[in-house]
Amino acid sequence: MCGSAGCGKTLLGVEFLVRGATLFDEPGVFIAFEETAEELAQNVRSLGFDLEGLIEQKKLAVDYIHIERNEIEETGEYDLEGLFIRLGYAIDSIGAKRIVLDSLETLFAGLSNVAILRSELRRLFRWLKEKGVTAIITAERGSGTFTRHGLEEYVSDCVLLLDHRVDGQISTRRLRIVKYRGSSHGTNEFPFLIDEGGISVFPITSLQLQHEASTERVSIGVPALDAMLGGEGVFRGSSVLLSGTAGVGKTSLACHAADACCRRGERCLYIAFEESEAQLLRNMRSIGLNLELWVKKGLLRFHAARPTMNGLEMHLASIHKLVEEFQPSLVIVDPITNFISSGTVSEASSMMMRLVDYLKARQITTLLTNLNRNGGALEQTELDISSLIDTWLLLRDIELNGERNRGLYILKSRGMSHSNQIREFLLTDQGILLTDVYLGPDGVLTGSARLAQEAKEMATAAQRNQEIERKRGELSRRQQALEAQIAVLQLQFQTDKEEMERDITTEQVYLKKLEQSRQEMAFSRKAESNGSPGSQKKVRK
Amino acid sequence: MKSKKTKATDNVTTDTVGVTSGSVPNEYFVLCLYIAGLSPRSTLAVERIQRICDRYLVGRYELTVIDLFVYPEMARQAQIIVAPTLIKQSPSPKRLFIGDLSDEKKIFLGLNIIV
Repeated sequence: MCGSAGCGKTLLGVEFLVRGATLFDEPGVFIAFEETAEELAQNVRSLGFDLEGLIEQKKLAVDYIHIERNEIEETGEYDLEGLFIRLGYAIDSIGAKRIVLDSLETLFAGLSNVAILRSELRRLFRWLKEKGVTAIITAERGSGTFTRHGLEEYVSDCVLLLDHRVDGQISTRRLRIVKYRGSSHGTNEFPFLIDEGGISVFPITSLQLQHEASTERVSIGVPALDAMLGGEGVFRGSSVLLSGTAGVGKTSLACHAADACCRRGERCLYIAFEESEAQLLRNMRSIGLNLELWVKKGLLRFHAARPTMNGLEMHLASIHKLVEEFQPSLVIVDPITNFISSGTVSEASSMMMRLVDYLKARQITTLLTNLNRNGGALEQTELDISSLIDTWLLLRDIELNGERNRGLYILKSRGMSHSNQIREFLLTDQGILLTDVYLGPDGVLTGSARLAQEAKEMATAAQRNQEIERKRGELSRRQQALEAQIAVLQLQFQTDKEEMERDITTEQVYLKKLEQSRQEMAFSRKAESNGSPGSQKKVRK
Repeated sequence: MKSKKTKATDNVTTDTVGVTSGSVPNEYFVLCLYIAGLSPRSTLAVERIQRICDRYLVGRYELTVIDLFVYPEMARQAQIIVAPTLIKQSPSPKRLFIGDLSDEKKIFLGLNIIV
């Protein structure tokens, strides 16, 4: 195991022994060349390793080998038999299966005859192998070679290279397997970290796309938004991205989701990189969200930290740890863009990929917010993680008529029929409201422009109503006029009818009188009555 | 080989040089030689230190030879990694002589013996 100073060689060695002793019942020997047993025990106590306890249980032996160069005179041929005897004694005293030598560099510093040392170290490696102990030998990094003396890397079966690099003021530890005889090993560099639990490595390639897909839907906290998402919200265990420029309400929307999650009685982990817990709670109160209640109930946990506090790996590991501990069903990271400041873009996106995969595999819904920088394309994340995302909500500001308003739309949402509408997004005292925006010939209308448009339309409608009323009145007036005319005509007709009937009667009376006078005349002339009754009848008819 | 203690006998090696031109005459030497078995190197070292003591430190030395194969725990106690190792416990400063003690000049220098 080679590496430069401060990259965790000693620690990895100690962990190897402690885990061996506690988990696999394999006692181990630590041969310390640089620290005394007390110092070593003290240094690893912070990681939760109790060396003294293990020594007492005969599961661990620590031997401190001290070489004081200026006390030593080399007076001829020698060998390292003394070291062999010490190792052999330590191994046999507890039946060790593992041994760590940290580090052989001291031997080279203390003894000047390199030829002897090299041949003796070769013998040592062989001897350890014959004894059947797994040995970790730490060595300092050399220039051009993995180890300073270019010896250990050839004699060992496996070479681990530890590295501690600083990129942009943030250090990341990395581990690489240089060689491992008889195995097909991963050859990439894997970031690792040291925290209170010891060393953790998260191989990027170890995750596979095999996670379960839930059909359960969960609300995102805004009913109108749930309605837009096929009416039921997002799938449980899916990843949701909220992207938008500064001040469009990403955090507010995320807090709504947290609130909805806690309302369901589920736990939510909120990882905030921009605001402290107290600040978030205060700000959310202003839009009517009382998140403090959930914090007190233990359903909501904030993890607020500056992204530059740790390297990316440290962030990933601390999130892993929190998730394992808290078992949330929703994890919010606000915002992911800040990860870039702890590493390069490609590192940050590979880290996000692992984070999203990790949470998905555990069926934890993930809500990520992404800050779009001004001038950047809206439908693009700086980390290029859009392909990882199941539901992507885009919040954008719409600048019109000297106003800036917020709009929201769903860019994509896998596996559901979602709305294609742009909705106006309002932050009110009662929380987030989504209203329809106006799509006029001038484009999208929001804010006061929308209100003006609404007023305008209302005025037009009123005008139309008046017109209808007016037409109705006219119609009835016309009807009335017509009816009056009809009445007049009818009256006229009545008059005419009566007149005509009177004439007819007069005519009939005249005719009667005429007949009567003719009969009287015939009678006076004594005319034949035969002809006369017929004519008489005719007249009567 | 077992541990053997060789006390300085009042052997009549009236080496005036050792007494007169040696170090402070009253100084008492406590020496300890750690060897790993009876290898030729070990034997050589034992013989050599014995000879030096007998010649220059008559009557004022205590030499202990310890075989680490027999007393492996001594290796840890005395911080031995190399065999053979001769340790000068007293007079101070403590010195370690490693190897088969073939380089006598260094030994004389280290033991402060003027030949």
